[in-house]
Amino acid sequence: MSTSYKFTLNGEETEVSGPPMARLLDVLRRDLGLTGSKEGCGEGECGACTVLLNNEAVCSCLVPLFQVEGASITTIEGMAPQGQVTDLQRVFATEGGAQCGACTPGMILTIRSLLKRYPRPTREQMREYVSGTLCRCTGYERIFRAVEVLTGQRTPEGVADAPVAEGARE
Amino acid sequence: MDHLNAVGLSILRPDGLAKVTGRALYLDDLPERGCWHGTTVRSPHASALITSIDVSAVTDPDVKIVTAKDVGPRNSVHLIHDDWPVLADGRVNHVGEPVALVTAPTLARAVTAAREVKIVYEAQPPVLDLDQALKGDPRTGGRPNVLATCDINHGNVDAGFAAAEVIVEGEYETGHQEHAYIEPHGVIATPTLGAGSEFLGVDIVGSLQCPYYVHKALTYLFDMSADAIRVRQSVTGGGFGGKEDYPDMIAAHAALLARASSHAVKIVYERQEDIIATTKRHPSRVRHRTGIKRDGTLVAMDIDVLLDGGAYITLSPVVLSRAVLHAAGAYACPNVRIRGKVLATNTAPNGAFRGFGAPQSLFAVERQMDKIAWTLGIDPLAVRMRNAYREGDATPTGQILKESVSAVAVLEKAKTSTRFSERHATNSLARESREDSGRVLRGIGLSLFWHGSGFTGNGERRMMSRGAVRLRADLKIEVLSSSTDFGQGTEGVFRQIVADACGVSLHDVVVHVPDTAVVPDSGPTVASRTVMVVGGLLRRAGEKLAESLRMFAAHQSGVAPAGVLLHNGVFETELGRTPFAEIARKYVALHGPLDAEATFEPTPNSTFDEATYRGDAYAAYGWGANVVEVEVNPDTFVTRITKLTTVSDVGQVVHPVMCAGQVEGGTLQALGWGYLEEMKMKDGRYLNDRLQTYLIPTMADTPDMETILLENPTAHGPFGAKGVGELPMDGGAPALLQAIENATGIALSRIPATPERLFEASKMRRS
Repeated sequence: MSTSYKFTLNGEETEVSGPPMARLLDVLRRDLGLTGSKEGCGEGECGACTVLLNNEAVCSCLVPLFQVEGASITTIEGMAPQGQVTDLQRVFATEGGAQCGACTPGMILTIRSLLKRYPRPTREQMREYVSGTLCRCTGYERIFRAVEVLTGQRTPEGVADAPVAEGARE
Repeated sequence: MDHLNAVGLSILRPDGLAKVTGRALYLDDLPERGCWHGTTVRSPHASALITSIDVSAVTDPDVKIVTAKDVGPRNSVHLIHDDWPVLADGRVNHVGEPVALVTAPTLARAVTAAREVKIVYEAQPPVLDLDQALKGDPRTGGRPNVLATCDINHGNVDAGFAAAEVIVEGEYETGHQEHAYIEPHGVIATPTLGAGSEFLGVDIVGSLQCPYYVHKALTYLFDMSADAIRVRQSVTGGGFGGKEDYPDMIAAHAALLARASSHAVKIVYERQEDIIATTKRHPSRVRHRTGIKRDGTLVAMDIDVLLDGGAYITLSPVVLSRAVLHAAGAYACPNVRIRGKVLATNTAPNGAFRGFGAPQSLFAVERQMDKIAWTLGIDPLAVRMRNAYREGDATPTGQILKESVSAVAVLEKAKTSTRFSERHATNSLARESREDSGRVLRGIGLSLFWHGSGFTGNGERRMMSRGAVRLRADLKIEVLSSSTDFGQGTEGVFRQIVADACGVSLHDVVVHVPDTAVVPDSGPTVASRTVMVVGGLLRRAGEKLAESLRMFAAHQSGVAPAGVLLHNGVFETELGRTPFAEIARKYVALHGPLDAEATFEPTPNSTFDEATYRGDAYAAYGWGANVVEVEVNPDTFVTRITKLTTVSDVGQVVHPVMCAGQVEGGTLQALGWGYLEEMKMKDGRYLNDRLQTYLIPTMADTPDMETILLENPTAHGPFGAKGVGELPMDGGAPALLQAIENATGIALSRIPATPERLFEASKMRRS
């Protein structure tokens, strides 16, 4: 039943053997040890398992392994080099975009995809684009604001008391 | 307060970078190290006798199965009353009740074996809702099955009604609410085994709010000494009360399987199982009869609070207490009678959920105030302003509100920030003169509410919580408490409080993960008590630690202790300035690590009589006003929330961004409860037990929010801080219903305000 699949994962050529219908989420979490993608519902409703598949935000719990053959996948672990964060990640941490953090990896990847389409998104654009990723903690206001800070539409409210790794930019 | 260097600043939360990079390890992310997997066989019946449990069809030789007969004599979750079985014994009282546990080296094998367990039931007629519960329960011989009662009497209600010029009556209902934390429940239990593999104790790691609750439950279950059980919190993906009580159950299950198999056992719930099995917000029915003067002044309130407790008592007596204590709202009334009761039903036990009974009773009183305003023909803000608590007023328990009373202040701010009265009147006129039925209807609604910080009455006195700090060998000051961070930002605000209490830099302070083998019992992470109560303990512990170091520094430099200041990481004397680390290093080299601890100290002259419910119910109260703006489609009755303005007084704000995050997230949960979230049930089974069918607000449902924090400090919290966690859950739903009423003329008394319910009620609209 196992077949071998090749794809690019966070910029590196990767080969995985597994059943064609194995959920990409399980392959990432169990086989590859990338636990940043979370399982919140297992039916594509909450978006906590969101990854980028050829730069599109998808729920990895709904993607069968065979579909990633030849594709490029980015998970939260691949957003920035080890020990660094992107500006998007940094504003999430400093502006209150993350509370419990369970939705955060999926939310950040969804917003990265949003920013590719709308570099300076309005709230209406965010509402439409991000509504598939649920957050139960923040009420979304600080997520809106983090994106607005990132895109120069708002001044920051947070203070970084520790040096935040610099360098990695979108 | 110019001595504050950290409190009041929105510093980067300590777990922030780990969470945004995916490095934070939640329970299901932890290395499994060969642990086994557990699963649960649950009742399909709401009420039934268990005739037999047959495991003979299970062929997998490694599988271990645990049923009630294997649990031992203490088969109950040790919470308040010991009526909640860890595994059903002889009968089941709700759908989803755990009957058998199965573990195997892999989850797939455990699930296969669980399917092979054959349980025979003899179904009985269940009691499924409050109407049936009021008629009587077979479990209690046909009488209503009362799980708890709680009454308050203040003044003379009969005389108050006799003096009333108008009497208004109303009945208000709310339903179940699912917590829907994004990370479902999970726990790993690792047994401690003796030389002959005998079970000596267990180590629990879990997604949980209250490590010492789990510790207490397991020491009771296994009748073991405190040091045989160790409970640690893993990074926890949301709780909202849902991980207050239920982790006792799932930890007990994993520990029983660990004992049976002599292996570490992991149990992680899938979403559907989580929704079916775990607690929900108590459904409520609240009746109001209110006597008023024609000018709107309250003279008598008679309130009946009825809660659906589900199948077992669990935390219901305490939920009822908070519901009753908040039932008269943030309003002064000389004559109040409140009667509260929790009835049992054959549904999963209802438990802790942000607000803990107060959102239900505040929903009712706020809608009743709207009805009073409508009856008198005055604006809903005016009736609130007239009766809102002022300093010196007495609450229904006779507590005199002596300080930090902001009911009028939050109302004033809400009014001026939104031009409430003017816009409310404009919308009413527009509605009444409406000719074009296709036009969107606009509405604005307001609520006023209060929330007691910390445990009710003598709760804190009984708990006698402890908090500690330690100067470690590496010169970091470590915060030791059992308060858990499941998103709120506890670790960050504790660092801020301790840094300022000690007079050191934030970089010198670290927070130890809640671990019962290391941290003192600071009580559970509930009841809006973390910042005010535990933060207060940590402030005092920090001040003690700083005091010891100042004494040491004085001794070292030969000056009087009073001549030494520790401020922002520097010891200052007349002789000069010495960095904190230098003195700390000398201290540790000579004496080793330095510990300081503080224990809860009750407020002098504050009393609460639990028999009569008279006295000081809470040390301090948070105050809030919400203004909700809506557009309602007159043809489809679909409501869109267009703007939310919140005004909150939670005392000194420790971290403005995270405090606002509590307010915004909590209020959106309240709004979701108000118009979207509805747990539907048939024959005791939840029909919408998935996130695809149980709808919580998405970003598309979410309005722009203006979050205004007033800071009216209390003497009872560190640097003047009060609790913030639950207050935001209290006012969203009634403000939303008032806004819908302002838009449509439809006065709902029951949530959620779904299009179906609005359509039904449109036939009976007011005005």
